[in-house]
Amino acid sequence: MRNSLIILKKQLKDTLKNKTVLIQFILFPVMTLIMENAIKIDGMPELFFTKLFSVMYIGMAPLTSVASIISEEKEKNTLRVLTMANVKPWQYLIGVGFYVWFICMLGAGVMATGLKKEDIPFYLLVMAAGFAISILAGACIGVFSKNQMTATSIVMPVMLIFAFSPMLAMFNENIEKVARFAYTQQFKKIMDDMSFAGIKIDNICILAINAMLMMALFFIAFRKKGLE
Amino acid sequence: MIRCNDVYKSFSGKTVLSGIDFEIGDGEIFGLLGPSGAGKTTLIRILTGQLSFDKGLVTVFDKDISSLSGEDKKSIGIMMDQFGVYERLSCIDNLKVFADIYGVPTDIIKSTLQQVGLKDAGGKSASTLSKGMRARLSLARVFMHSPKLIFLDEPTSGLDPQTMRQIHKIILEKKKEGCTIFLTTHNMEEAYKLCDRVALLNEGVIVENGAPEEICRKYNHQKTIKMHLSSGEDVVIPHESGSAERISRFLSDGSIETIHSSEPNLETVFLELTGRKLEEDEICATV
Repeated sequence: MRNSLIILKKQLKDTLKNKTVLIQFILFPVMTLIMENAIKIDGMPELFFTKLFSVMYIGMAPLTSVASIISEEKEKNTLRVLTMANVKPWQYLIGVGFYVWFICMLGAGVMATGLKKEDIPFYLLVMAAGFAISILAGACIGVFSKNQMTATSIVMPVMLIFAFSPMLAMFNENIEKVARFAYTQQFKKIMDDMSFAGIKIDNICILAINAMLMMALFFIAFRKKGLE
Repeated sequence: MIRCNDVYKSFSGKTVLSGIDFEIGDGEIFGLLGPSGAGKTTLIRILTGQLSFDKGLVTVFDKDISSLSGEDKKSIGIMMDQFGVYERLSCIDNLKVFADIYGVPTDIIKSTLQQVGLKDAGGKSASTLSKGMRARLSLARVFMHSPKLIFLDEPTSGLDPQTMRQIHKIILEKKKEGCTIFLTTHNMEEAYKLCDRVALLNEGVIVENGAPEEICRKYNHQKTIKMHLSSGEDVVIPHESGSAERISRFLSDGSIETIHSSEPNLETVFLELTGRKLEEDEICATV
């Protein structure tokens, strides 16, 4: 656990100097604050931007940042240096995963400022679960990719599907029929209701299948590629 | 310290190491010389437990390589061909990460940076360092926790002569402190200067192994003495007792400008044994 904390500390220092990753973390929270305060249209659902951007944040920030961090460490050979210093792969992955989850939760905290006080715990719980699934997806891509270029070319389409399908599904029924199998679309539905009572069994089933699928893909990628 | 008995390794049916045999004693600098693709990095990866092998026995600290404990691994320092530094972090922060991992006090960082000549660059981010400085930062990371065994994979490859000399000095200091050092290189001068013993590796096979001077003496077939005289004439005479009077005459005349015995260097021994050159092959391989 000590090594995971060291990795987390290292990542915190590194993020302040890594504009590419930093922008992923602050883009949606800042946009949410701006849009919620700047745009008021009659008939627009309450907290429209908060809910939409929250789902996009889930589908984008953890996915791209975890894949980018792991693939960069592989490319620059720092990951090998860490493993040779007796940092176990699981310690490294927990360190990076928890760091991304923690930073994203801070972002979610900022996005939650527009919510009613009683909705905040529910919102944060949903965001926490969403980030966890996205982190697993990002870790799959990071572990599978040899370098950052490969990671980016895989992350882009995956991120576009998960981050933007809930928005596109609002305008097109056919897209909705496909998008409903993505965890981000399920989180969008759950957030629209913003209550535990509103969570349906099919929401939970699809989320569980997504989570298990990501976990299985992660173990396959890890068994095949390790952290080499 | 290290024992390697009849080690074989293949990748996709292609044998890259074949019957590797050597031993390295405590406090010794052992050099593995060979051109690019000879199998040097593969052997280092096997000796550091990063890569499994097909056949043979490898022991480090008198333990089978697969049974090294976490503490054993912490007694090993490794510098690979890529330096593996965190480019956005400062030199101090780079070392702090590893000081925390190895559990050494962080006040050792400043003295380590001083030791490798990076005292004034401590606050600079690694991305702004020159290649030579990065190499020294990487060495600082390797040495910081005072490992008993150090693996250096081409530590001076592509560096300027001054940085190379600085790195050699640091390596020799570590030997004085009692470290055992395993070094790979394709620079025969470096091997001759630093290593107590060397092994010449070609296409996965050790073709010769021993002290550099002994190897050079062993392959001294010509046994001649070459002199360049002030008259411009080059004189080659047999390296034997009968030539002493002639050499003495040249010396007393003061007519000798340069005088060399003909024993080969490691490069020519390697060429004789394999028909390949150590460094030219390296250039060809990278083109």
